[in-house]
Amino acid sequence: MKPRQRHPKFSPRRLWGIIVKEFTQMRRDRLTFAMMLGIPLLQLTLFGFAINSDPRHLPAAVLLADQGPQGRTLLYAMQNSTFFDFTRQVRTEVEGRDLLARGQVQFVVNIPENFSRDLLRGDRPAILVEADATDPAATGIALGSLNAVLGGALRNDFKGPLDFLNATASPIDLRVHALYNPESITQFNIVPGLMGVILTMTMIMITGLAITRERERGTMENLLSMPTRPSEVLIGKIVPYILIGYIQVGVILVAARLLFHVPMHGSIPLLLVVALVFIAANLAMGITFSTIAKNQLQAMQMTFFVFLPSILLSGFMFPFRGMPRWAQTVGEFFPLTHFLRIVRGILLKGNGLPDVTRELWPIALFAAVMLTIGVKRYRQTLD
Amino acid sequence: MEENFAIDVRGMTKRFGERTVVNDIALQVRAGEIYGFLGPNGSGKTTFIRMLCGLLRADAGSGTVLGFDVIAESEAIKRQVGYMTQRFSFWEDLSIAENLDFVARMYDVKNRAQAVRRSIEQLGLAGRQRQLAGQLSGGWKQRLALAACLIHQPKLLLLDEPTAGVDPKARRDFWEQIHQLAGEGLTFLITTHYMDEAERCHRLAYISYGNLLTHGTVAEVIVHVRLTTWSVRGPGLLGLAAQLRQQPGVQQAVAFGNALHVSGDDAAALEAAIAPFRQAPFEWQRIASGLEDAFIHLMEQSQDNFAPAVAAEPLKK
Repeated sequence: MKPRQRHPKFSPRRLWGIIVKEFTQMRRDRLTFAMMLGIPLLQLTLFGFAINSDPRHLPAAVLLADQGPQGRTLLYAMQNSTFFDFTRQVRTEVEGRDLLARGQVQFVVNIPENFSRDLLRGDRPAILVEADATDPAATGIALGSLNAVLGGALRNDFKGPLDFLNATASPIDLRVHALYNPESITQFNIVPGLMGVILTMTMIMITGLAITRERERGTMENLLSMPTRPSEVLIGKIVPYILIGYIQVGVILVAARLLFHVPMHGSIPLLLVVALVFIAANLAMGITFSTIAKNQLQAMQMTFFVFLPSILLSGFMFPFRGMPRWAQTVGEFFPLTHFLRIVRGILLKGNGLPDVTRELWPIALFAAVMLTIGVKRYRQTLD
Repeated sequence: MEENFAIDVRGMTKRFGERTVVNDIALQVRAGEIYGFLGPNGSGKTTFIRMLCGLLRADAGSGTVLGFDVIAESEAIKRQVGYMTQRFSFWEDLSIAENLDFVARMYDVKNRAQAVRRSIEQLGLAGRQRQLAGQLSGGWKQRLALAACLIHQPKLLLLDEPTAGVDPKARRDFWEQIHQLAGEGLTFLITTHYMDEAERCHRLAYISYGNLLTHGTVAEVIVHVRLTTWSVRGPGLLGLAAQLRQQPGVQQAVAFGNALHVSGDDAAALEAAIAPFRQAPFEWQRIASGLEDAFIHLMEQSQDNFAPAVAAEPLKK
């Protein structure tokens, strides 16, 4: 016969006791508290001000072997495109190669002898642009712009009898509408994304630490010897950190608005409601980790074990659609992937509830699964 | 139930993997009694106590604690038991008052604020209630732990080495308080390594490598061990001790101040062994065995029995 354990009922008063205790400890733990606010501020500064996926003003050298006006016109046009900054003039190709090899310039533009004469004759002279393409992201956009920049530059020179040199018009009238972020401002994409990244990192870590800390300091034994229910402990530990999560969301939204002027087309209340589900998903993951990790260090390591792939595969740093199919499939499992779509959708595209719901249920499912595992694994004994 | 037992368990067994840490232990503790639980480190004392208060699931065993089933009703037991862990396990980043308040909340203590205030006053912690627990000295931490264990007015207190690292004055105060509380009807199960503390208990149990070797009052335990002890005084006792230890029949030769206590469990063999040395300048006297003699004897005996299985041997050179 299996005797039935008489469990005491869930007590809101005990729950409140745990919440009060967590808040008191949080207040005392200045370092963690500072980290909770410091991480968003630091990341905002780094990602918001420092990182630019549309690099401009790249240093370039020029090898100008022709003194004609057309060569100079082209160089001015390149400079005016803001992609190129001509910082050096070199006399030989070897010298140019050397600058590239040492990384002192990103490009060497070589305008050969008799460039202007050949151009006016219609001989289609060559311009050689050598690029340090080690990092494709650094050179790609600048190189892509070259055709349009050079084509337009000489239009003023080719008038009257030289009109035949102008390129013939394309048979297609191409029109591109870059929606939602027409000026391609990196911050508009990064800053809302940061909200998800920061919540992922801090929320998983903080709950993981909060529970393993009790075990590491031996206070868990004390807690277990009291008539406290696991659900009271777990919820009591989650609630204070939800508040921290919202403070972080607030900091980021204010910075997005005032510092980075990120457009906010959608409903902020909707975003705040969705953020709750996302915060809960991450806290639940932290709790599950804490039931596996033996100490705070392990909890920290597990956090980074999840944090790195989610930051790489979620579409925060690199375009999601650019990844191979398998990577996209893996990425779909991370709550961050879906939350990024939601937060960017609400702010930049003005998405409403129907669009959001499509991405919300995977997060909710994830939270439910994680919380179930966490509560199941949270042991009420020291076995 | 003829007698009123606070703890009445049988066959308590706990295994961790292949190792049996607590082996078929039966224990009866009367209500209002101070029961000492002794044994070397790693003998299973803590594990046994944890099973009593539901922190560990017993692999076998039955019985009652405070009238509740020890296996099935651990939740009910928890409400009426105070458990003081071996290592200080209250929150070091909370103040004394906050710790007490938290514990009172967890046990749903009525008139919480009043209970906390009373507890602080009773333990003489009034001037320090705002101090963080982590900044307290060992003695004050122990006072706080005891106060916290008492705040929900338990009927049974399980204290795991409560006086480890506490100075003699604080230890004496502590034991005075224990006796006072026992007088009020509280039951105690206390583990300790100190002989003077063991002698302050009403009854004792000795456990080694998971087995209960003996139990009873101090006198009963000493009688049960059947040890004969001689005391010898004179010059050069150190050399004498070394010689005596070589003799069959001598199991212990331990210095006590200016005397040497020589004991063995076979009175005749012991007498034969010391016979060659019973001459001037040595003065021999047969004395009653002390509790410490008895326990060291028990400890060595059980080591003999278990030595191959457990790494209890002293390190070889």
